[in-house]
Amino acid sequence: MATTGATDRTGEALRIEGLHKSFGDLEVLRGIDLVIAEHEVVCLIGASGSGKSTLLRCVNLLEEIDAGRIVVASEEITAPKVDVDRIRRRIGIVFQAFNLFPHMSVLDNVALAPRRVLHKPRREADADALALLERFGLADKRAEFPDRLSGGQQQRVAIVRALAMQPDLLLLDEITSALDPELVAEVLDVIRELAAGGMTMVIATHEMGFARDIANRVCFLDGGRILEEGPPDRIFSDPREERTQRFLQRIIAAGRL
Amino acid sequence: MSVAGGPPSIIDLDVGGGGGPRPVRRRRQRFTWRSLTVAAVSTVVFFGILVAILTNAPGWARFQESFLNSEYFWRALPKVIEAFWINVRLFLIAEVVILGLGLLLAVMRGLPGPVFFPVRLLATVYVDVFRALPGVLVIFMLGFGIPGLRIEGVPIDPFFWAIVALSLLYSAYVSEVYRAGIESVHPSQEAAARSLGLSRPQALRYVVLPQAVRRVIPPLLNDFIGLQKDTVLVSFIGVVEIFRTAQIEQAANFNFTPYMAVALVFVVVTIPLARFTDWLVARDRARAAAGAR
Repeated sequence: MATTGATDRTGEALRIEGLHKSFGDLEVLRGIDLVIAEHEVVCLIGASGSGKSTLLRCVNLLEEIDAGRIVVASEEITAPKVDVDRIRRRIGIVFQAFNLFPHMSVLDNVALAPRRVLHKPRREADADALALLERFGLADKRAEFPDRLSGGQQQRVAIVRALAMQPDLLLLDEITSALDPELVAEVLDVIRELAAGGMTMVIATHEMGFARDIANRVCFLDGGRILEEGPPDRIFSDPREERTQRFLQRIIAAGRL
Repeated sequence: MSVAGGPPSIIDLDVGGGGGPRPVRRRRQRFTWRSLTVAAVSTVVFFGILVAILTNAPGWARFQESFLNSEYFWRALPKVIEAFWINVRLFLIAEVVILGLGLLLAVMRGLPGPVFFPVRLLATVYVDVFRALPGVLVIFMLGFGIPGLRIEGVPIDPFFWAIVALSLLYSAYVSEVYRAGIESVHPSQEAAARSLGLSRPQALRYVVLPQAVRRVIPPLLNDFIGLQKDTVLVSFIGVVEIFRTAQIEQAANFNFTPYMAVALVFVVVTIPLARFTDWLVARDRARAAAGAR
């Protein structure tokens, strides 16, 4: 709702109100309202083109929004004069296509932003990056270049790269969609570990089994709106909306649940 | 001609299917041996005929005297090589300026938003103008025109204006090469950098430009081959470099052999650079093929 002034709801990681976004004539987001608590894991499901990725890109300010407001930890990030770079530091995003920097080693990929944005000395940034890589079983790949890694390894490095900035909020945009099936599990295991560690995450995904498993809440997007949301057990076993039912039936028919 | 392309293509004519490995190999060897012989014989015959025709042509003796006089050649060569160092210095200094100025122009043209419109306009007009102007024109205008103004503190050294002229001309070309490289880096790379909190200049500096520059090294080298040759144009404004030196020699004896010495110097320094460029292109292509999976 349209609360004005400084919002100070402790325990709230992300608040989205009345978010609209169009690309030309195509209205991709048509009024999204969503509140996410700290340490909550929310999965966005829905057909391709339902607006999941656009929603995440808006939250990271990679897309300019047309209407509405987005508040991250009590600060309205869609306010006119906000420092975009400072906001992005606190919000990590992992992309479907990894988007690692191909001209840098794994270690440099992870350490780049801490060095250049947080101005950590190289030694410290490298040590921190290495510790993170170690935690996710990638320490032996530190000197490799991205094109020498498997898709699963690349995506894990991309996650580590986002984590190196110690974000308050992590956005995951269909991070397993570009992977061979046998590589999906290693990436999802990383996300499970992060969830167990209390990371606040918004996850756009086609992996329904995973969503059911990991999410505190599932939102079904349809035509740029959140049509239905609730705990995963209810959404998956007892969806109320007809469109949700049809979507899940198609997923089951495709053997993905 | 069959000389260059012959042997490898015949080896490639591996007979697909039928017959064991042995007959195939023997056949291939026979082809190789035979093709080598054919290539050697045809080369000798071809160039033998060519040389025979040329040397028997009317006027050959005069041509030889005027262009291939060994006495004048050996007299001119050391002078020409010594003067070539002027060209080398010109080339090296201009190259550094061009690399910097070209990059600056390319970045200026890529600045986003309405605020930077005048900057983009300036860079665009600059590139359009200096690509349109004939090099000699710019060299004349700067080399004769500016010193002729006799303004206090403005250098009159033609060497200085030669560097300025070549830098202005070539940075227009080089900025377009850079720009193509920058545009070839996928926007998702910048998005990834920005999503980590890097500012736009930081994303450009650490993520986009390193990839862009790597991709355009071969076309950049190509432009530098052109620059290397165009350094002789500055002889027109009084820089006594390799071409001017040869001209002086030629005028003293009415013999064109000094020009042949100049030609030789340029061929000798340019061919390795050209081969190196080709090698880089081939290597990048192989890497791209390997990376594509």
